[in-house]
This record gives sequence, C-alpha cells and structure tokens, in this order.
Amino acid sequence: MPADVGQPPTKTAMDLDVRGQDWYVDKLVSVLVFVGGISAVVLILGIFVFITKEGVGFVFGPMEVWEFFTSPFWRPTSRTEATYGILALMVGTASVTGLAMLIAVPFSLGAAVFIGEFATGRTRETLKVLVELLAAIPSVVWGFIGLAIMNPLIIETFDVPIGLGILNSGIILGLMAAPIMTTIAEDALKAVPDGYREAAEAMGATKWQVISKVVFPAAKNGLMAAVLLGVGRGFGETMAVLMASGHSINLPTSVFDSVRALTATIAAELGEAPVGSDHYRALFTIGIFLFLITFVINLMADIVIRGGGRKR
Amino acid sequence: MVAPTVKLAVRDLRIAYGEEEAVSGISLDVHANEIFGIIGPAGSGKTSFLRALNRMEMFNDDMHVSGEIVFGGRDISDIRNVYALRQKIGVVFPLPVGLPMSVYDNVALSPRLRGVKNKAALDEIVERCLTRAALWDEVKDRLKALGSLLSGGQQQRLTIARALSQDPELLLLDEFSIAVDPVTTMRIEDVLRELKEEVTIILVTNLVQQARRLADRTAFFLSGELVEVAETEVLFTGEVKDQRTRDYVEGRFG
Amino acid sequence: MFEATNLNRRNHQIQWLFKVLFGMMTLILIVPVALILGVLVAKGGPAISMEFLFSMPRNGLTEGGILPALIGTMWLVGVALLASVPVGIAAAIYLSEYAPDNWLTRGINLAIINLAGVPSIVHALFGVGAFVVFAGFGASILAASLTLAVMTLPVVIVATRESLQAVPMAFREACWNMGATRWQTIRIVVLPNSVSGILTGIILEVSRTAGETAPIMFTGAAMFLPFLPQGVLDQTMALSMHLFVISNSIPGMSEEFKYGTALVLISLVLLMNALSISFRVYLRGKKKW
Repeated sequence: MPADVGQPPTKTAMDLDVRGQDWYVDKLVSVLVFVGGISAVVLILGIFVFITKEGVGFVFGPMEVWEFFTSPFWRPTSRTEATYGILALMVGTASVTGLAMLIAVPFSLGAAVFIGEFATGRTRETLKVLVELLAAIPSVVWGFIGLAIMNPLIIETFDVPIGLGILNSGIILGLMAAPIMTTIAEDALKAVPDGYREAAEAMGATKWQVISKVVFPAAKNGLMAAVLLGVGRGFGETMAVLMASGHSINLPTSVFDSVRALTATIAAELGEAPVGSDHYRALFTIGIFLFLITFVINLMADIVIRGGGRKR
Repeated sequence: MVAPTVKLAVRDLRIAYGEEEAVSGISLDVHANEIFGIIGPAGSGKTSFLRALNRMEMFNDDMHVSGEIVFGGRDISDIRNVYALRQKIGVVFPLPVGLPMSVYDNVALSPRLRGVKNKAALDEIVERCLTRAALWDEVKDRLKALGSLLSGGQQQRLTIARALSQDPELLLLDEFSIAVDPVTTMRIEDVLRELKEEVTIILVTNLVQQARRLADRTAFFLSGELVEVAETEVLFTGEVKDQRTRDYVEGRFG
Repeated sequence: MFEATNLNRRNHQIQWLFKVLFGMMTLILIVPVALILGVLVAKGGPAISMEFLFSMPRNGLTEGGILPALIGTMWLVGVALLASVPVGIAAAIYLSEYAPDNWLTRGINLAIINLAGVPSIVHALFGVGAFVVFAGFGASILAASLTLAVMTLPVVIVATRESLQAVPMAFREACWNMGATRWQTIRIVVLPNSVSGILTGIILEVSRTAGETAPIMFTGAAMFLPFLPQGVLDQTMALSMHLFVISNSIPGMSEEFKYGTALVLISLVLLMNALSISFRVYLRGKKKW
C-alpha cells in the first residue's frame, strides 16, 4: 500500500479484486483463439513432418541423392532395375512453368496496369470481377480444356501428331496463373500512395510517364512478389499439367514434345505405388522437394513485400 | 478546514511508446468531487495520461507505463479485475464514437455488461443519461436508429451519455467540445457542474477558457511534464511560478 | 498561349499507345477464356437434363447421370467446412484481435502464406500420410475433407481477418474503456459488424473446395461407386474427380457427357464466386458508420 497517499481503500475499490464469470470466459476464449492461431503453424510443420517421415528413409536408404537429381531415368516400375531420377521431371516442370511465365508475366502486368491505372469506374470494377472469376476456374476444368479443346486445336494449327505437351500445358498454365498475378500486381500498384501520382501529374507528366517513372519503381517489390507467387503457383499446379502435358518422361527438344512434371508424376503414380514401397517413398521425396521449393518461393515473395514496406 | 479526500493519486508516472517517452514523471493528486482541468499544447502527454488511468496499455503492446496510480486508495497496477476498474471510470474521447448499434443499445451497453437485465431499469438509465447529456429531446423518437449514423455533435453527446451510463466514480473528458457546437458545449458544461456533486471529473482541454470556466484546479502539462498545478483562479490570474504557464494561458504559444 | 509542343504531343501519343496496348493485353487474357466458356456451354448445354443431374451413372459411366458425384461433392465440402471454419475464424480472431507483434505472429502469418502456397498434390501426400494411414481413417470422406480443410484454411483465415480489421479501432477502444473484456468487445461490436464479410469468405471457400481434385484423389474420392455415401467413413465420388476420370480413360465416352460434367462443375464454382462477389459489392454499398 502506498504510504504517501494516505487514503484507505474505499469500499468500492474492493470490488476491483472480484473476478466475475466474464473474466474467466475472456481468459478461456483467449486460449481457444490462440490454439486456432497456432494451428496454421502446427499444420505446416505437420505437412513437413509427415511427408518427410514417408520420404526420408528413401533419401538416406537405397537412393543416391546425386543420382536422384541428375538421372533422367524415372523407371519406378521396371521389374529388372527400377531407377529413380527426377531430372526429366524437373525439366518438364521447368519448361512448362517457364513457358507459362513467358505468357503470363507480360500479360498480367499489362492487365494490372490497365485495370489499376487506365481503366476507371465501371470498366475497372467489371474487369476486376472478371479477373477474379477467371482465377476461380478449377484446375481440373483447365486440364479438361487442355485435353478437349487445346489438343485438337494444336494438332490442326501446327500439323503435329499430338497436341499434348509443353505448348498446351504452358498456355493453360499461363492462363491459369495470369489472373492471380494480375490481382496481386494490381494490389501492388494500388499500394503506391496517390500523393506520388498527383505530385508527378502536377509537374505536367503524362499518365504513362507517371506510371513508368513513378508508379513502377515504387511498386517494384510488389510486382516482383506477384511474379514470384505466379511462379510458385505454376510450379505447384497439378491437375492441369497432368492432363495437358502428355505423359512421356523425356528431356524435351521442342515445345510440341510431351513431358511429365513433378506434381503430375505424384498424381499419376501414387495410386499404384504400394504403401511403404521404394516407389511410394520416392514419390514422397518428390513431395519434400516440391514443399521446400514452394516454401522458399513464398518466403522470398514475403521478404520482397516486407522489404518494400520497411522503408519509411 | 478539512483536508480534501484524494480520489486519484499519481506518483512519478512515466509513459513511453516504444523508445519515445510521452509522459516523463508526473505526480499529482485529484480530489474527490472536483473538476480537475488539464491544459497544455498538443503532444504534451494529456491523452496518454488519461489512457494510463484506465490501464489501456493492456491493449497496446507498444505502451509502457511505470510509476504509481492510486484510485480510491488502491494501486491500480495490482488489482485483479481491471475491467471492474474501467467500469468505474467513464471516458469521453475527442472524436465522437457512436457504436454501430441502436442509440438505446449504446447507452444500455454498460449497464448490460454489469448485469442489468430489467427492461424498466434499462429504460430509466437510458432516459436519464441521454437527458443529462442534452440529447434526449433529439433522439427520444428514434432510439432504434444507429448510433454511428447520428451527426457528429449528437454522437459526442451519445458518447457522454454512454460514459454516464457507467455510473462512473471518475469521469475523464478528453477535449470533448471539438465536435460539438458552442450552444451544446455550454449545456454540457452546465451538466458537468451538476455532476460534480457525485463524480470526480478530469477535464483535458485545449480551450484554456473552458478550463477557467469549469475547473476547480488546473494542471499545465508541457512535453510530458507537469509544469505546475494550482487553483484555477491562481493559475489564470494570480502569481504563477512558471513563465511558461503564463505564456501558455495568455496564448503566446499552444 | 498554351500551345501543345511537339514533345507534349508525342508524349500523349505514347500514352495513348500504351493504354491501347495494355487494354489489348487485358482482353487477350479474358477473351479466350470467355470463348472457351462459350464452347463449354454450347457443347455441354445439351447434356444437362434432370436425368443427367439426378440419376446414377450406368454402363461404365457412359450413360445415366452424375448424381453420386454431385452428392459426394456436397459431402466433401460440408465436412471440410465443419472442420476449417471454426479453426479459421478462431485463428483470424487471434491474429486480428489478440496477436502481439512478435516472432510467433510472424511465424503464423508465414505458415498461412505457405499453407496456401504448398502445391495441392503435396497436400494430397500429407492427407495420405496423416489422415488415411496414420489416423487410420482410410480412404474416406473424412480423410478427403480434412485434407481439403487444411488446404483451404488460409481462405477462411484471410477473409475473416480482413473483415475483422475493417471494423474501426475506435469502436473497440470505446468498448474497452467501458470495462468490456476483449471477448465481450469482439462479441458485441466486432463480430456483428464483420459477420457478412466472413460469410463472403466462406462462400469463396466453398467454391475453392468444390473444384479441387488433387487433394482428394488418393484420400477418399473414388472413380466409380454404385451407391451414395452413407457416412463420413465411406468413400465417395466427386464432381471434380468425375470430370478427371471421364475426360481421360473411359472408352466410348460421349463428348457431350464430358462437356456437360465440366459445365456443371464450372457453373457451380463460378456461381458460388459470383454470389460471394455480389455479396461483397452489396455490403460495400451498405454503410453502417
């Protein structure tokens, strides 16, 4: 009790120590929501632990890590000598994602600039809604489009025997990733304070000058994050790539070649691999690889965005 | 003459936001049933001072409070139910906050939190508080309207009514007249003079004349420090010890 | 006095050029998709009938309807929501109302981003490892729905957090100052004013969940089942899985059937999305403060 204050506690001041039901309910809720909050961490760790548990015995067991990444021969079901090399699969993923980004990056950045900077009012709102709807189309529908519409189209246009391959799945993946990248890029442009634009316009700059000289540099980090997240999306896409890229496992020499992506391999083979077999565990090892790569991509995107926010 | 009862005693209060100190070592006593004015320019720590009285640092990780605040003879840093403390302290903010619920619910909120369920009792509280806050006549026919859609001045009086509905022992007013027209300000000032009989009031204001009209004693804050505290008349007319106080009340800075 | 200089005129031409260029780019993204959707409607439309929607498939999936796939998708979405909505809302409340700015909170946010970014097939591997094998649910609606719930959890969290944070801080402070606990404040002013935003997010999650294929392929979705699921431990057909199955490997499958199934799936998903978007637009127009 403070001595120099002198007054004895008043009667009502004594109530201040009574904890009612509300006090305990509040404490209980704070514990419950905390559990909800850390669930995301628990789940992401859980994903890592479970796929590692299944896959790690393979990496340190029968498999040479070096060979796993450098051998182009993925023959898990060979009776005589099963080999597990994911080079061809990595090249498949890289070529499809690469082509997709070649298409998606310029178009989605262009679309973001048009929607965010040029379009106004109703046009802008309509375009935003359309882009959002495009992003919602399920990947299995995209895969179906690749099989049923793009495949004959490519065969006819380029006079090739088969239309399933890098070109087909690259275009599909590009169309899939573009709306998401457009949305993120547009958010990045929107995050540039209007004051910047007004200051530049007040000096007589045209809209394009404002965009290229003021808005782009200011939104650079956000745009980079958009591209990164697009890459992550393309990299991890499964169904569309499974259905539109054909199935042959080889190192492609042209865009018409059919390839097999990492994700598609898991989707195509997990059903026929007996639980606990080398094949099963090799597929989980691919899963670890995919998990780590997307983790790094997401982390990079997050850092890039934060880096943009930190400067004052 | 009997020594006045001390309602609130503050000793060496320091408040910091992160690295920045907003209040650096303030000690003062507020007597029961007085209107205690606090004047001072923007950024002098007045609002931080009020926030600390209500233990609002609980909701702001950045805010650090040290020193001693004794309310009704109790050090507020070691009470077990801080919510009960806040129920006894009514706060009116500079910017009006009508909650997005009906006018009636706005005023009935605090009694309901205390467990009042009886409809007649709630009706009585709502009417009494709104009347005291000089708002009843304007809203009695639309008690179901959203409190957050009233005009600014009405919302400010609603905020005052809400603070009164807490049946507070201590009422903190933080520049309440910013969003209120002069006529209403005068009416609320009359109400405050009446309320003094039941409640202790701390009135933070940037209107020097308002402190002079209302406050029994007034403190002058500057840059987080208490320059001086005195009977209001002494502070405004008599011999103030500090030149800075004189400069401020005479309007040379602020 | 203010005559346009040549430089000025050239600048405006450049601006016009870029505007047209970017506008074209936007159209190139949207128009092909619109055309494709047109093809889906044209080729799939004739397949849609009461029989198609509400009867069991017959004769190796080539005849009859898609009823078990439709019902199965509803089961999967329903159970996934039951799991993810409470957890997601709790997480969002924690992040918006409680979380201090520290390493743990940054960790949670990073985890959410990654949960959304991990490839769906990796989620499938997790589902197989955790729910099918480890928890012993086998390939079942429960295992598939939990996998979907983990995958779409970020959708609920992000949407809920956004709508909670749209409630002005001043409302919370007013409540706190009156002696309301954190939870009372959330219950009295925060949740009532964000519930519609949360609902918008949940509808969006329904649309996401209904369209996913990879996570359910090995955790509970079957190629063909001659009966409807009776409980959460049964396997089930699902619309997305059905489309994958019939577009690939069924001999004698009519084009119309494939397009019809694709049309039903995409209509379901886009309808849910449109609902969510129009709900959002409606809310934006309805001001409460």
